[in-house]
Amino acid sequence: MSFDASYQEKSLKSVGTRPLRPDGVDKVTGRARYGADFNMPGQLIAKVLRSPHAHAKIKSINTEKAEALKGVKAVVSASDLPDLTNGNSDLYDILDNCMARQKALYDGHAVAAVAAVDEATAREALKLIEVDYDVLAHVTDVDAAMAADAPILNDLVFTTGIEPTPTAPSNVTNRSEYGHGDIEAGFAAADEIVERSYKTGQTHQGYIEPHACVANCNPDGTADLWVCTQGHFVYRQNCADLLGLEVSKLRVTSSEIGGGFGGKTHVWTEPVALALSRKAGRPVKLIMSREEVFRASGPTSATSIDVKIGAKKDGTITAASAVLRYTCGPYAGMWAELGAMTSFACYDIENVKTIGFEVLVNRPKVAAYRAPSAPMAAFAVESAIDELADKLSLNALDMRIKNAASEGSKSSYGPVYGPIGIGPTLEASKAHAHMNAPLGENQGRGMACGFWFNFGGQTCTNININADGTATLAVGTVDVGGSRASLSLIAAEELGVNYSDIKAIIADTSSLGYNDMTDGSRGTFSSSMATVSAARNAIAVMKERAALMWDIPQEDVYWEDGHAKAAGSKYGNLAPLSVKEIAEASGNTGGPIAGHSELVADGAGVSFATHICDVEVDPEIGTTRILRYTVIQDAGKAVHPDYVEGQYQGGAAQGIGWALNEEYIYGEDGRLQNPGFLDYRIPVCSDLPMIDTQILEIPNPNHPYGVRGVGETSIVPPLAAVANAVSNAVGVRMSQVPMSPPRILEALLSKAQN
Amino acid sequence: MVQVTLWGGLVPLAGGQKTLDVEASSIRELFRKLEERYPSLSGPLKTEVAVAVNGTIYRDDWSISLPKDAEIYLMRRLAGG
Repeated sequence: MSFDASYQEKSLKSVGTRPLRPDGVDKVTGRARYGADFNMPGQLIAKVLRSPHAHAKIKSINTEKAEALKGVKAVVSASDLPDLTNGNSDLYDILDNCMARQKALYDGHAVAAVAAVDEATAREALKLIEVDYDVLAHVTDVDAAMAADAPILNDLVFTTGIEPTPTAPSNVTNRSEYGHGDIEAGFAAADEIVERSYKTGQTHQGYIEPHACVANCNPDGTADLWVCTQGHFVYRQNCADLLGLEVSKLRVTSSEIGGGFGGKTHVWTEPVALALSRKAGRPVKLIMSREEVFRASGPTSATSIDVKIGAKKDGTITAASAVLRYTCGPYAGMWAELGAMTSFACYDIENVKTIGFEVLVNRPKVAAYRAPSAPMAAFAVESAIDELADKLSLNALDMRIKNAASEGSKSSYGPVYGPIGIGPTLEASKAHAHMNAPLGENQGRGMACGFWFNFGGQTCTNININADGTATLAVGTVDVGGSRASLSLIAAEELGVNYSDIKAIIADTSSLGYNDMTDGSRGTFSSSMATVSAARNAIAVMKERAALMWDIPQEDVYWEDGHAKAAGSKYGNLAPLSVKEIAEASGNTGGPIAGHSELVADGAGVSFATHICDVEVDPEIGTTRILRYTVIQDAGKAVHPDYVEGQYQGGAAQGIGWALNEEYIYGEDGRLQNPGFLDYRIPVCSDLPMIDTQILEIPNPNHPYGVRGVGETSIVPPLAAVANAVSNAVGVRMSQVPMSPPRILEALLSKAQN
Repeated sequence: MVQVTLWGGLVPLAGGQKTLDVEASSIRELFRKLEERYPSLSGPLKTEVAVAVNGTIYRDDWSISLPKDAEIYLMRRLAGG
């Protein structure tokens, strides 16, 4: 990468301000086009037939009656999506998840799909498809799935990460281990030890917009896909691989996105829509219902975690260990491993060991959810830290500060840290007024820390300088949280023009080079880096054009404050040329002016946050009300502080829902009992106070403006912060989330009986 | 010569060694030499590995130079949401 991405301190005019977002008017007037808002002439409507069984062998599928129904134009099943994955097991799992092949592996697994002239006909056709199932024993609980007598989901799974490799299949796909030092010696040196088991429910990202797409395959081998996604380039690659299409012939356009949070990072129904379109010869629209989203898209893991932490009387942690069991759904994942890596990442611990087990269950394929796997691990560890501080009669915040990792600490996942921000967030929380505000009866305060890695990735960006001096910024990372505003600010800052002169768009896959998806908190971090690079390339062109306009050597032209200026006293009479003046003359100085950038944005830097939470618990009915909530997190540099605060608040809100209400509930039959927002209750505005935020700005040395990713870390501490607050309010250690009213009442009853 | 530490999942593919000394000045050269020495690492190095250089994690930029005294750690390539 030739672009110098290192941080350079400078005074700023645009970056750090809070202008209106460019997509705001369209969104509040209902004109923004989401996945389901796109239509094509002659389009068909698709519906998917889903397994009612949690685990069943598919003996046969008869689609003859459905195909004969008037108005049905195509029916597909697994045979229409042949295996082209060439040994790529991750891709094969995606294919099998899109359309079950030999077995249905969870309630809601797709087994066939229909495209018809309208929705009613498609639904009628689904009823005519005959699937002969051989129902098998199922397992949905993580601990039960690890038991010796558990039904086996896949006879070809032999646990990796164990020497020697087991000879019998199991539901554990992999064992991972992290840590350093001697934990036995560390525990022997401890004055006090806390050991406890925790469980977390499976939750969904709860994005408001269901998955939706319109697919169109043409007879000449070209195809178009309009889709709601976090990464249209990734979807293009997934679909091309699964359907045998040429990448250049498949054009994918991302719609506006009503939330993704990791759940829209790989394909679910899009290859099915393309397969239907290919078979029918017409465009096909496929929208998942809310029930389908719950049953058959990608929630996070349910977990079972054991934590043991030992400390000296002064609070110094001498040893820490955790065993983490995470559900993956029916396909292998690295979810427990991420939990094992992040568990103790906030702390400088001499002896630490974590073990992760990836567990197959008859639930939907797990997908990333905002700092995937870290919130559950943090819930267990931060709860145990609080309990240990209590046992030692120490202030839990002071104990965290005492053990906080810092530059030079060996992280629990391996490498030694460079400069990091956990210490400043803890110190800021200690100084925050929230920490010392009075509490009333049945009220409790909790706090917790959280860690996430963040990353960058492949990024490609264009800036076109228009003839009127405005600029169009085309980026390839989907805007999930206001990045068009942030990237416009960066472009305005670099070019020295007004924010209102920049129009940022998300370009389709045929208009830009490849971009990784918007995940890993990378959207603004990566695309702003590429925008800086593209803007500087455009400025280089504008300096050349100014030299031509002045008829002076290029090396005598420099750029300052949005103007080309002639260097030296010999050009004293030359008035600076603005972007507009240079752009207006571009037709006679060489044609259009543009800046392009393609780069790998690496060096995102790890991220830390500290949260403080006050709750009030009603001891009669077990309900919990969040009274006050504060998020403190390092942003490196908040390009548009409104959207940094929005990320902090959004992560906290989702984490609060996870802590108090949200949970996949399966019946004895292995069917999901609550696939809708009435029974799977996410917090709404009236459930929450205004979530306070404090942005710390410790510049990232690997970004020109010091930017760090901010999208994910804010969901890591809330489970533990709320659990610590509730535990303090009720006087019982809460070790399972969600802390729903029945669980709190059970805890209170247990306390009364003891 | 740089010393490289492997995350546990790679150790069985590198002859059971957790740390390795490799003559390499960039991530690309490091990967090439590791593949030459341990062909079993070839697959994971393509898709599963990120490199931490003095604590900064690099997932894709293999042109990064490796200072001789740097701490270099091959870790699991991460997923995000």
